[in-house]
Amino acid sequence: MRIIKHPILGPLKKTKEVNITVDGKTIKAFEGEPIASALIAAGILAFRKTIKKGSPRGYFCGIGRCTDCMMIVDGVRNVRTCITPVKEGMKIETQIGLKESKTNDSN
Amino acid sequence: MIATDIAVIGGGPAGLGAAIEASKLGAKVIIVDENKDIGGQLFKQTHKFFGSYKHYAGVRGFEIGERLLKDVEKEDIKLQLNSTAFELFGNELGVIENSNIEWIKAKKVIFSCGASEKVIHFPGWTLPGIMGAGGAQTLINVHRVLPGKKCLMIGSGNVGLVVSYQLLQAGADVVALVEALPKIGGYGVHASKLRRFGVPILTSHTIKEAYGYDKVESATIVSIDRNWKPIPGTEKTYDVDVICLAVGLKPNIELPLMAGCETTYVSLFGGRVPLHDENMETTAEGFYVAGDTAGVEEADTAIDEGRLSGIAATEALGYVSVDEANNLKTEIRERLEGLRSGTFGEHRMVAKQQLIQKANYLRGKRS
Repeated sequence: MRIIKHPILGPLKKTKEVNITVDGKTIKAFEGEPIASALIAAGILAFRKTIKKGSPRGYFCGIGRCTDCMMIVDGVRNVRTCITPVKEGMKIETQIGLKESKTNDSN
Repeated sequence: MIATDIAVIGGGPAGLGAAIEASKLGAKVIIVDENKDIGGQLFKQTHKFFGSYKHYAGVRGFEIGERLLKDVEKEDIKLQLNSTAFELFGNELGVIENSNIEWIKAKKVIFSCGASEKVIHFPGWTLPGIMGAGGAQTLINVHRVLPGKKCLMIGSGNVGLVVSYQLLQAGADVVALVEALPKIGGYGVHASKLRRFGVPILTSHTIKEAYGYDKVESATIVSIDRNWKPIPGTEKTYDVDVICLAVGLKPNIELPLMAGCETTYVSLFGGRVPLHDENMETTAEGFYVAGDTAGVEEADTAIDEGRLSGIAATEALGYVSVDEANNLKTEIRERLEGLRSGTFGEHRMVAKQQLIQKANYLRGKRS
């Protein structure tokens, strides 16, 4: 959910709206915002699944430290979505495990 | 290879303070930062700072950030952004930017690498929707996205109190704030703001478990006794979609360790910190620390520690006379003493003095 009005920071300054895809589904995002922000604004919280148990992981530290929010971005694995800016047409995919894995090869 | 007088690692409040002072005195400075912009965590601070006029009292964090950026712009400071410092060979620093490696050869290095959030572990703690309070603050105040509507805050230090209030300002509900200790950790003024909004602050409580399938849906909290044991029958369950962990910060000391800086454990400063002298120089000559890396405190102390390190490093390079440097440093040290006074501050003053004594003792033994 976007915070449109804020008592201290004022109204939301919007940048250019672009389209990105998340596991094939198109969502709206603002150019330059972190991928993680766009996903959370669209209600997507699970970014990654662990390889053994398939448990979901998501945004945690927001400053590129914890690496919990890593996803596959334009075919590149282990991209920290909390510090990677959105670009028009980006293809985002849920990542399974950390290393190259067969599970995600079909994507 | 980039050659420079001073490399500042981390462009938050401490790093900016260091770079501005060093550049003003004539040193060639480069700031290395992982992010696409400098300013560190200042731009997510929407609350007003305390202290005296000199300490930016009454000014909001992001406004302090804007002031520092203006001072940086006035100087000829090189910015190496989107770059992670990953290796040190002597005074050669490796940084990586978009898989390209760049080497920086610096005569002096200032580590102002900040701190990381600590976590506590409980069943379900890895569920999406459970995040560091700092992470939530970044989302709401910088990126203007609300991660959920019903939040549970764990920890009543200033971060827990301030972020709870900021979640309310952003339109969320804070169902409760739990604190394991028998009393609130942060400033009374921040806690009062929450109480006025009717947020229950539950001391001697902790989180027992979080539940949910692909994201957090509810959480159970429980009272604890004096021995930190949960008291059966006191459990309460809340529907929540966000749980924030505000259970402290620890200094980022990986690079100082690579430089061979001696460290010591100070719980007041969040963990293991590099020993440093009154000039912020570590036990590894030519390597300085400032801000949270030198012990987790506040943004205002970080700026001044940064300034101090910047002046000292420039003095060591011979750009400024001993007398002039001493005048500048004395003024800053007096400000720092002011910030480290009172009920909350004086313990930090004593702990800082102990760090300085230890550093001087170790260096004296070697020379």
